[in-house]
Amino acid sequence: MALAVLRRLAGLALTLLAVAGAIFLTLDVLPGDPASVMLGTAAREDTLAALRAELGLDRPAWLRFAAWIGGLLVGDLGQSVTYAMPVRELIGERLAVTVPLALLALAIAIALAVPLGVWAAARQGRLADGAIGLFAQIGVALPNFWIGLLLILVFATGLGWLPAGGFPGWRADPRPALFSLVLPAFALALPQAAVLTRVVRSAVLDVAGQDFVRTARAKGLTGRRALWSHVVPNALVPVATIVGLQLSFLVAGAVLVENVFNLPGLGRLAALALAQRDLVVIRNVILLLAALVIGVNALVELAYLVIDPRLRRRA
Amino acid sequence: MRPRPGPALVIGGGLTALLLGVAALSQVWTPEPPTRIRIAMKLLPPIKAGLLGTDHYGRDVASLLMAGAWNSLAVAIPSVCLGAAIGAGLGCLAAALRGPAETVALRVGDVVFAFPAVLSAIMLGAVLGSGPPAAIVAIAVFNVPVFLRVTRAVALQVWTTDYVAAARALGRHPVAITATEVLPNIAGVLLVQLTIQLALAILTEAGLSYLGLGIRPPNPSWGRMLADAQTYLGAAPHLALAPGLAIALSVLGLNLLGDGLRDALDPRLAARR
Repeated sequence: MALAVLRRLAGLALTLLAVAGAIFLTLDVLPGDPASVMLGTAAREDTLAALRAELGLDRPAWLRFAAWIGGLLVGDLGQSVTYAMPVRELIGERLAVTVPLALLALAIAIALAVPLGVWAAARQGRLADGAIGLFAQIGVALPNFWIGLLLILVFATGLGWLPAGGFPGWRADPRPALFSLVLPAFALALPQAAVLTRVVRSAVLDVAGQDFVRTARAKGLTGRRALWSHVVPNALVPVATIVGLQLSFLVAGAVLVENVFNLPGLGRLAALALAQRDLVVIRNVILLLAALVIGVNALVELAYLVIDPRLRRRA
Repeated sequence: MRPRPGPALVIGGGLTALLLGVAALSQVWTPEPPTRIRIAMKLLPPIKAGLLGTDHYGRDVASLLMAGAWNSLAVAIPSVCLGAAIGAGLGCLAAALRGPAETVALRVGDVVFAFPAVLSAIMLGAVLGSGPPAAIVAIAVFNVPVFLRVTRAVALQVWTTDYVAAARALGRHPVAITATEVLPNIAGVLLVQLTIQLALAILTEAGLSYLGLGIRPPNPSWGRMLADAQTYLGAAPHLALAPGLAIALSVLGLNLLGDGLRDALDPRLAARR
């Protein structure tokens, strides 16, 4: 067990290193001279030289990569050129928006998808199943940033219940901050809920056809009890994997939704840093978001190793 | 007897045909030239000016939508084809060669999978400058591991069949077997995946253009139209409806077509559902 976990962790570290390598190759090696990317073609030679010296571009690429990774390990992400502040502080502030947003969206998606998916499975082939299937088909097709626009149109400019955008920060009173995350979280959650509903439905149907469920029914359990105490818990195992994979879409979606609602999160930071060609910020934000995707998926896998002894032997 | 095509196939095929038809038509005819600016006619509601009204430059929204369909497909189709070609190629090789080649392909797939298209597009935009080429590569990159995994999984199943065993017993090279035995048998699955990924690519392209990372103005794009609509949400809320509906219907159509094709190609699956 410990060995299996260690092997997974080593694999995770290698994958992260490869991801960092891919990012470094794209942003620092591919363009030839990152300084001229950041300052544009109209930059004067002496400002270029100053930036090159600041970024240490006179050193060979592998040394710069090693310096970046070394810095990451001790929490030094370098200095943002455009914000003139340490990237670590810059990212720290943004994380306090993006992480709650993603978690809230995930919670909403699960809260919608599990009951709907179970209900659809319990009523397989009937009207409710068809209606939920239709909801799922349409939900998958809606762009989250458009849902965001529609939510603003109805609940912010129309009814005036919730703010149309912006973020007041957590420090003073957390309630307005939470309110300003509600619409973005729903925009982010609805397409994911649609995907998840279909997954829950088919997982429940798969488990419901198995022998132990028939045994439970034969012992005299009502359909409802068998469903909730035997079928659903077992069906949630494959659902957890999909939730892990969905995180990748949630992260990508956050970039969009944060821009719709003008939230100062990591996605908005990445978009702004792109406009300013701040490669130091882009490199670290992309790595962080990619690491988030990989890390959560690895955690889900590790959780399986702990829960399911059969997987340990295979690993 | 062949079963009748299901409703998913009919509706999905219809919507997809409509999308392709409108995109093609936009190249020869639109109600107005889509980029013609008429400031005097700006932000007019539907029917009053054209079928769907005008935007903040007085451009005809219906014409913009039609041209947007073409531009959307011009990014989505090449990106999915590129990603599918590389991913399916690697997937076939992984299944044919097994061993270290397979492990390497899967690991590379894992690394690439960590980059949602939006993240790749931001990186490539910083280096290449944002625009359709960066968007196409970014979406293609995202598609590579998807096709790699799907192709490998179904190709491995084909490799266990008797007719492949027979071909191997004849001493044929794994790559030759892949071309003549494996590929024809997984083509259906790949076609279904292509359709579904195309839907996702349209969705992603719209998002990238919304962020200014995809199709560049003045070229019309659905995502850009929604970004403009947000600025005028108070004055002209109708601008926010049509482009979103266009995206949603295109994606819905392709997804339904994919589901319908899957059921049509594998009736056993349809019966189980």
